[in-house]
Parts: sequence; structure tokens; C-alpha cells
Amino acid sequence: MTFIETFLNLEVMARVLPMLLRGFVNTLLLAAAVLTIGAVAGVAICLARLYGPKWARVLAIAWIDLFRAIPILVLLILIYYALPFAGIRLSGYWSAVIALSCVFSAFTAEVFRAGIEAIPKGQIEAAQALGVPGRSIIAEIILPQAFRIAIPSHTSNSVAIAKDTSLASVVAMPDLLKQATDAQALTANPSPLIAAALIYLAVLLPAVRLVHWLERRMKAP
Amino acid sequence: MTPAVHIAGLQKWYGGFHALKDITLTVDPGETVVICGPSGSGKSTLIRCINRLEDFQQGRIQIGGAPLPGPREGRALAAMRQRVGMVFQSFNLFPHFTATENCSWALRRARGVPEAEARDTALRLLDRVHLRDHADKRPAQLSGGQQQRVAIARALCMNPEVMLFDEPTSALDPEMVKEVLDVMAELAEAGMTMICVTHEMGFARRVADRVVFMDQGRIIETNPPERFFSAPSSARAQAFLAQIL
Repeated sequence: MTFIETFLNLEVMARVLPMLLRGFVNTLLLAAAVLTIGAVAGVAICLARLYGPKWARVLAIAWIDLFRAIPILVLLILIYYALPFAGIRLSGYWSAVIALSCVFSAFTAEVFRAGIEAIPKGQIEAAQALGVPGRSIIAEIILPQAFRIAIPSHTSNSVAIAKDTSLASVVAMPDLLKQATDAQALTANPSPLIAAALIYLAVLLPAVRLVHWLERRMKAP
Repeated sequence: MTPAVHIAGLQKWYGGFHALKDITLTVDPGETVVICGPSGSGKSTLIRCINRLEDFQQGRIQIGGAPLPGPREGRALAAMRQRVGMVFQSFNLFPHFTATENCSWALRRARGVPEAEARDTALRLLDRVHLRDHADKRPAQLSGGQQQRVAIARALCMNPEVMLFDEPTSALDPEMVKEVLDVMAELAEAGMTMICVTHEMGFARRVADRVVFMDQGRIIETNPPERFFSAPSSARAQAFLAQIL
């Protein structure tokens, strides 16, 4: 067999393409859920950490430290294989959503905290001195500016977590990678793996460029 | 007459550092008081206590006869702060808002004034600081002097009983100091009650009703400017004036 027939077998690729596309859709659904849940939870955790009552701050810090420290794969396997012993049985999809969202929320909280802390304290004092209530200060002075500062790093983290969706293949979720390995077994040919890699790159390379672009744009006044 | 601001027996410590020592000061309505003194003498700390941007451990402050609410009385404190305008050394404008929005925002959020009305007030006050033509610009498009005048208009929008100025010209290039001091002089002329921490002795001489000299956390002397600049009562004020004039 030639190199082309082994690794870039177009006939094999065409045959497994519907299978790969189904996997790609699952990967997109997983990424969309994680990016949404993780981002919303992350901002909430960040606000709890900075402005919450003492117990909320302690909880938020514990959450952030825990999920920044634990490897995603370890967490995923715990949820999928260990939780059933406690009577909680989750599908591969939901195990992956939970594991990845927990980790992504921790990273998001840290990125937004950095954004909030970069806002000069004087602006907040000026708003307080005008007698504006705290929630308006947070919503209209702090958050809009913090979001702007945090967006490049947040986008970078989003790309990273989107890549990590491929870990879901180990808990039998039929994502792009799992479908590709199944297709490889089915056709006894590694071309589906190459095709899957190309699909990942087609989506993620532009995303990486977007991060560069956002970083440059943020530096401009 | 009820004093605009009355401070009695104010004491403040930062940890072991005694920053304000038994400060007593009464400012009458319409009066302009300039606080001066060497750096680290507690001038800024004192002025920041008046709207509780700094907390203090002992003493009383009254604004228009009413006690200043404590740091935990959020709503009452916010209501009191609306009665006291403040201008900062570093302007502290909101960079994502236009000049008009900087001025109208607090009216809308703290007082619930409708947007159109808040905008009208903002434009009127921007006109008063001679910046009507710059109403739609963001702070980054304005010079330092213009930014500080927007900050003054922003504070005036709340129609405060007292204005606090915390070294309002110290961050400005020399050629922009005058435009800010002129606006402040106009305000004083119009009868605003003002407490100004400043190193601008020409302004103090021209505009102040009284000059308060502070050193090491204490008020050393309080005198009308003509007396303070020609014959200060204390040796420390004499030494200070000899250094800066």
C-alpha cells in the first residue's frame, strides 16, 4: 500500500464522512454547552469571589483552586465511572459537559477577576462619591470595561477548552474523535483520523488567529 | 446658621500610624476653604473622610447639620454622598462614556432622573465649565484640563451642597492649570461651598475665605489668606511658605 492509500485515502474518507460529521455536530454541541455554561458560571463565581459575603468568597476560591488544579481527564473519569457507585449515572455527553464546564468556569472566573482588578480604583471611588448604588457601579462601570480587558484571554481559554472536548471520547461520547477512531477500526485504515484532525484544524486555526487579532486590537488605544 | 460641614474631634489611624489628630473644622455655607500643607500632612485623608471614602475611628462629621452615615449604612451613605461633590487629582472619568454620559449617569442611576432630563442637566453643566462643544467626546479625546472640567461638571450635576477638591490641578500640565482654577473661582464666586486641597497658593490668596494649614495630621493654623500669607501665626507655616513661594 502506498502512503496516500494508507493515510490520505479519499475513498475511505468519503465513506466515513457522514459518521465524522455526526461526530463533529456532537463536538459542536458539547463545546457550545461548555462555553455558555462555563462562561456564565465563571462570571458569577468571579463576582461572588470579589463582592460576595465571606462564605461565598471562601466557596468561590475553593471552587477556582480545585478546578484549576484537577486534570480534566481525571475529573471526567471520576464523574463517568465513579459517580454511578453513588447512584448518579450520567451519559457521556452530560459527564463531559459537567467536567469541562466546571474547569472552564474556574479559568473564566480568574480571567475576569484580572479584568476587574485592572480597572483603576479611582473610577469606582468617583462613582461611589456620586452616591450611585453598588450594583449600578458593577453593571455599568466595572463589568463593561472588565469584559473588554478580559476578552482576548477569555477567547484563548475558549479555544483551549474547545480542544479539550476531544477528551469526551474516553467516556464513550460519540464526538468527532470517537467517531474517527470507530471509523478507523471499521475501515482498518487511519485516513479517518487524518480527516478528523483536518476538521479540528479547519475550525480551530481561524479561532487561534482571532485570538491574535483580539490581542492586537486591545493594545490599540 | 447651620454649618455646611462640621468636623469635630476627628481621629484616624492607618494601623499604627496616626494620620489625623483631633481635627475640628467648621465650614459655613458659601465659604471657600483651602487646605494646604506638606505632603503626608493628612490633607487628602481629611477631605476623603468628609464623604467617607476613608473611614475614621473617632470623631463626628455633619453635613448640613445631619450626621455622616457609617460605612455599613450603604443606602443612607449613598444618599449623603449625593449631597457632596468630589473632584479628584486623577480626574477618574469613566473612559467608556462620553462627557455628557459621565455627567448624566449618576443622575439617572442614583436619582432616577429620566434620560432626556439628565442629558439636559449634563449639557447645562458642561456649558458652565465651557465644554459644551465637547459634550460627545470620550475622555481620551480631551486634554487633561478639559477632563478635569468634565469631572467638575459631573459633580455639579448632582447639585451638591458642598464641593470637595482633592488636589485638582496636581496631575495637569502647567498650561492647563489656569482653566481649571478659573472654573473653580467662578464656582466660588457663585456661592458654592468649597473645600479645596491644593498647592496653588495664588488660588488660595485670590479665592479662599480661609486657609487651613496642616502638618503631621494636625491643623496647625486657620487664617484668612491675607493674614496667612503675610504673617502666618505658626513657625511651621512660615517654613512651609518659605519653601514653596
